[in-house]
Amino acid sequence: MVKAESVHKRFGRLEVLKGVSLEVQPGEVVCMIGASGSGKSTFLRCINHLERIDAGRLWVDGRLVGYRQSGDKLHELRDAEVCRERSEIGMVFQRFNLFGHMTALENVIEAPIRVRKLRKRDAVGQGKSLLEQVGLTDKIDNYPAQLSGGQQQRVAIARALAMKPKLMLFDEPTSALDPELVGEVLEVMKGLALDFRTTMIVVTHEMGFAREAADRVLMMDDGRIIEEGTPEHFFEAPREERTKQFLSAIL
Amino acid sequence: MASEPAEPVRPDEIKAIPVRRPGRWVAAALILYLSAALGKSVATNPRFEWGIIGHYFTSSRVLQGLVTTLELTALCMAIGIVIGILLAVMRLSPNPLVSATSWLYIWFFRGTPVLVQILFWGYISALYPRLSLGIPFGPQFVHFTANSVISPFVAGMLALGLNEGAYMAEIVRAGIISVEEGQTEAAQSLGMTRLQTMRRIVLPQAMRVIVPPTGNETISMLKTTSLVSVIAVTDLLYSVELIYAVNYRTIPLLIVASIWYLIVTTLLSFGQYYLERYFGRGTARELPQTPLQRLLRTLSIRHGV
Ligand SMILES: Nc1ncnc2c1ncn2[C@@H]1O[C@H](COP(=O)(O)OP(=O)(O)OP(=O)(O)O)[C@@H](O)[C@H]1O
Ligand SMILES: [Mg+2]
Repeated sequence: MVKAESVHKRFGRLEVLKGVSLEVQPGEVVCMIGASGSGKSTFLRCINHLERIDAGRLWVDGRLVGYRQSGDKLHELRDAEVCRERSEIGMVFQRFNLFGHMTALENVIEAPIRVRKLRKRDAVGQGKSLLEQVGLTDKIDNYPAQLSGGQQQRVAIARALAMKPKLMLFDEPTSALDPELVGEVLEVMKGLALDFRTTMIVVTHEMGFAREAADRVLMMDDGRIIEEGTPEHFFEAPREERTKQFLSAIL
Repeated sequence: MASEPAEPVRPDEIKAIPVRRPGRWVAAALILYLSAALGKSVATNPRFEWGIIGHYFTSSRVLQGLVTTLELTALCMAIGIVIGILLAVMRLSPNPLVSATSWLYIWFFRGTPVLVQILFWGYISALYPRLSLGIPFGPQFVHFTANSVISPFVAGMLALGLNEGAYMAEIVRAGIISVEEGQTEAAQSLGMTRLQTMRRIVLPQAMRVIVPPTGNETISMLKTTSLVSVIAVTDLLYSVELIYAVNYRTIPLLIVASIWYLIVTTLLSFGQYYLERYFGRGTARELPQTPLQRLLRTLSIRHGV
């Protein structure tokens, strides 16, 4: 579903990704951990082409992200094509980023109507059942400011799911939440992983979630993936010194 | 720690004597005295000629002037807002030529007095007697004489509207910048195009920042339109000028115009309040009360309901 080959990304003189290679199978749930500034968010944003990569190749569902290859030449995709690629990938942000002037339901139906050109009636039906799936049936007419952080994040997940994405990216979805609200969001994500077999890449430090839902865990450090394995591997016998340090700091 | 409290006793309600504020009473008395004195002088000074004011207040020429002023205000603001949005978006464009064009426009129109701009448009036919549409240095398709297209009203409208665009651009830009980057990112990650993101997500939220100064601009525009009297557009001010040029009742007629300006300004302020309320939705947990609701609530509290 996702294939990265030696992806590099620079911001000015700062090299943030220094050759990330990775393959994610359809239906697989991959958790990414790593210290602050190691490039986790940047890598997710590259997959969604919110950032353009400087070197390497990145494919989602067999298609090159942001470019078209003909012969040995790369052509940049036009805006409309980039939008189409993005619409197939759902993204959930640390700070929720719900549209502040729209109710929960309006947040969920906006993109299906504008991008997928769904009829309003169909979008509303689908939106309501998604909000029900994340447990927010009675909050559909609330504005984001009237919702708790956990509720906002669940709306954000429903909003991403409304596009029927092939791939879901989560960037620290629970790290801006009060501890007692983390569970409700992780519960929804577990549902997606275990019941719906959604392909997911999750940046998180919730090792409980990783243990229950992840097929694989990656440790990112200084722009590289330095270790990968099953959750059990990370809990029982991490290999790298850096990983051991990091895990002992967060557990 | 001390032992557990035996039985929670609810303490008495606080009944404190409020702080006395003698200064407030002195100030109130002073203001009351001054306004009474002013009111008496305005009401009894015969030179105000209240009879004349009453007579001309709803005369057809004054009302026509008022309509022209209102039309001009509405059209100029409409032009200003459209140009303002366009310039603001251009200014934030990654294309340097586009953003420089916007910068140049703003520089020019903010850098010259609007009165001069009005005069320029008023005398445009001296500068360009004939206007034509076509390819520069190539064939021209349509021709007009400037005087037939650019009447004084149109000249005033263009001058004020184009000038307003420069000011609105800065207001809109401040509004756009005030919207969190995360909103744009969320919209983009859903596959919305740049235009959709701007129109559906960013601008509606920028409105909260844009509306108050735009209300201000509208009220200011209402009065700035009086400048078009210099190119003989019969707006409210020019209408009363024409009347007192004949009958020499200068002061009362200026008062007529002033009262109308005050009335319209008051109405515009109300409109602004409700617009702000509308665009503030979603930012506060509860909408603020309207003045009417507040009044009703105060009254009901007084009556102990
Ligand atoms: N737009 C940008 N311009 C310049 N530097 C950036 C930009 N975005 C990120 N960086 C830098 O790239 C590095 C990696 O950032 P990134 O957000 O990917 O880290 P992260 O692993 O997600 O960290 P965190 O756990 O704190 O979210 C940081 O040093 C950051 O300062
Ligand atoms: Mg991050």
